[in-house]
Amino acid sequence: MARYLVRRLLYTLITLVGISIISWVIITQAPGSPIAITLDPKVSPKIVEQMEKNYDLDKPIYQQYFLWLKRLFTGNLYSFKDGRPVLDKIGERIWNTLLLNFVSILIIFSLAIPLGIFSARKQYTFFDNLGTFGAYLGISIPSFWLAYLLILGTVKLFGYPVLGMRSFVTEEFSSLEIVMDRLWHLMLPSIILAIGGIAALSRYTRSSMLEVIRQDYVRTAKAKGLPEETVYYKHALRNALLPIVTLFGFLIPGLIGGSIIMETVFSWPGIGRLAYQAVLARDYPVVMTINTISAVLVLIGNFTADMLYAIVDPRIRYQ
Amino acid sequence: MLLFASPILFLIILGMNLLFVSYRPPQRVNQLIMSSIGDASFLNPILAQDSASSEINSLVYNGLIKYDRDLQEFVGVLAESWKVEQGKEPRITFFLRRGIRWHDGKEFTAYDVKFTYDKIMDEKTNTVRRSDYELVKEAEVLAPHTFRVTYKQPFSPGLGTWSMGIIPKHLLEHEEINTTSFNRRPVGTGPFRFVEWVTDEKIVVEANPDYFEGKPHLDRIIYRIIPETSLSEMELLTKGIDYYGVLPHQFRRMSEVPFLNVYTQPVFSYTYIGYNLKNPLFQDRRVRQAFTHAVNREELVQYVLYGFGEVISGPFPSHLWYYNPNVKPFPYDLRKARQLLSEAGWKDSDGDGILDKDGMPFRFKLITNSGNEIRRDVGVLVQRQLRELGVDVTFETYEWSIFLKNFINARHFDACILGWSLSPDPDDYMIWHSSQIEKGFNFVSYQNPEADRLWEKGRKEYDVANRKRIYWRIHELIAEDQPYTFLYMPLGISALQRKFFLKGKDSEGREAMSEIKMEKAGLMYDLIRWYVPQKAVLER
Repeated sequence: MARYLVRRLLYTLITLVGISIISWVIITQAPGSPIAITLDPKVSPKIVEQMEKNYDLDKPIYQQYFLWLKRLFTGNLYSFKDGRPVLDKIGERIWNTLLLNFVSILIIFSLAIPLGIFSARKQYTFFDNLGTFGAYLGISIPSFWLAYLLILGTVKLFGYPVLGMRSFVTEEFSSLEIVMDRLWHLMLPSIILAIGGIAALSRYTRSSMLEVIRQDYVRTAKAKGLPEETVYYKHALRNALLPIVTLFGFLIPGLIGGSIIMETVFSWPGIGRLAYQAVLARDYPVVMTINTISAVLVLIGNFTADMLYAIVDPRIRYQ
Repeated sequence: MLLFASPILFLIILGMNLLFVSYRPPQRVNQLIMSSIGDASFLNPILAQDSASSEINSLVYNGLIKYDRDLQEFVGVLAESWKVEQGKEPRITFFLRRGIRWHDGKEFTAYDVKFTYDKIMDEKTNTVRRSDYELVKEAEVLAPHTFRVTYKQPFSPGLGTWSMGIIPKHLLEHEEINTTSFNRRPVGTGPFRFVEWVTDEKIVVEANPDYFEGKPHLDRIIYRIIPETSLSEMELLTKGIDYYGVLPHQFRRMSEVPFLNVYTQPVFSYTYIGYNLKNPLFQDRRVRQAFTHAVNREELVQYVLYGFGEVISGPFPSHLWYYNPNVKPFPYDLRKARQLLSEAGWKDSDGDGILDKDGMPFRFKLITNSGNEIRRDVGVLVQRQLRELGVDVTFETYEWSIFLKNFINARHFDACILGWSLSPDPDDYMIWHSSQIEKGFNFVSYQNPEADRLWEKGRKEYDVANRKRIYWRIHELIAEDQPYTFLYMPLGISALQRKFFLKGKDSEGREAMSEIKMEKAGLMYDLIRWYVPQKAVLER
């Protein structure tokens, strides 16, 4: 197991370097430049050349790559757009994104699993059919469109602002009101983010559960006179949830990258919006750093998923 | 059964929340909330390029002078007065106001002005403002409140560049200007003091009690960052923002809302079709004139801008003093257009519906940048309108940076749809002078010796009446040559909550309240006199 871990870690590192080199080439070679993005008759071409020099954009591409790497690790990496340290920019937003995605994952799991189990127990009843219909609807509805509808609806109904992380004038609020206000702003985007996940995960749980309750040991448990509740929630459920546990590994990269669209729709000051704006502005240091962070998360996610397989299912062994 | 506790808990929280938002606590509102599509970048006037940063910088910082409300003359801000000495090497001497203090209490002096100038001229500073001061020979401090600048040659637009915000020497002397944290918590001399900047959420400034023109009546101004225009509209309707730049298609809805005032105003920009004059197709002036006759610009304004635009006849905004009102836009006239084309030798000799000359059909490619829906719609309409004339136009759009690099800067195009955003000074030398064909912004390669001479003369002339004559003549020349088909100048629309008023003194010196008016210099020209009447201050 230890040898496997070391080997695995090594591969991960090599992959990471590969990813960063390839994305560096793609990002910097894409048309456009961080500077010449405006057509302003008041700015002479000489100035643009000088600014390119100040940003080291006149150096060969491999030198630029090493400069980026060096600055990233010495903490001297500054954004082109506003001259702030890149790590500060990412640091102040990463918690917002984590909060949003964490809450939406919480909603997914707390609603989807009970829903899936219930559907499985009442297979082919009206409730189950309704669940199936709802799940397909939830998967196929474009979330940005639904978000606009919901924003419009709540604004019409309550006339209370929904955008951003909080209301803007809260000095007359009590602390309970501030908490409620924050919760309200968190509610809509995380529910919409969760809808696709609820739909998918509840289907997953349902079919997994259906498979398990047809098995011999469940029948045996029923036959020996155990109460239905115990059979379902103690014996069947544990096995049915095995494949779902491993899904956690794949959720990790989603914690950062899963909400770009919703962050834009709801003016949520998170990492996805930062990345999107940085791409538009060709802010190479920021784009590259976020890119690398998400690559690291994907790799960690894959790794965790593999490990979880081994932990929850004793039949799997890594050599 | 514990499993079902989580959905129930979820529903309870949701329900409590809905209760809360329907009850809504009151808010204090002696403040102005505005919205911006993007976050600011540098709250430092010498580094900022984007509109969000510039707007906030204009509240926090002052220039030496500023344009008056009609954008014709200058009025002093940090400078109490100034003196222009004309000559081979003209000099401007600014006499600064005494007793002005930075927001941190230190006194403002001419050394701050000199420092600002030096930082702009420093090559290490990532500023695009340096172009404005290229003709400056020397800038010097004569006394703690006297600042003098000497130019290498007469350059009348030079005066306007001193409306640039001045930054404090004592806070920035030992800082790395491009990356200093000052750029995020600025200290200026302006009517509003910086309070806080929450990334991608809001920027707050509050009234400066020591402002030399008196404390502003508003308690504070908040900029909210809302990345979607349709969402800004919704926030305006829930009173989450007070002011918003309306898009043409939203105008009707906005003007029906009882608690909003809607204003319109010409903006400093125009949209045009530029013809590459290096291309033999467009070298004949009659061809260009014919095209302008054949493009129904009234129709463009009607359908693309919902009527919120004005057809212009030349390269200047129509509401300012240097626009020549005697030059009328070419009327829409297909017959005239056909006649001009046939004079230039273009006839449909093979009867295929496309004009030709020496066996060559009249075909060309019209391009613009993608992502701009208005330009795209204009392109499609122009394509159809020129087809009626018998000209085969293909229309394509390219991503902005490719469009600039491969087509415009490479001078590799037939015709393009583009727009210019201008400043109040008429000196568009960089766009039209023939010296700018090689590397500058004269990418259509327009050349007219008389116009060249006038552009040179215009930037050397300090007298407004003389300048007016020069630019009126330039306007005539360019309208005759039609290197562009000038399409329209859009109207800016803005919506403001009705609770704001102007506080001032009436003729007898009593306090009086009046409606906020749109000035040529913008709605916010009198911002420090805006206020919200007492009875409207607490609002649910």
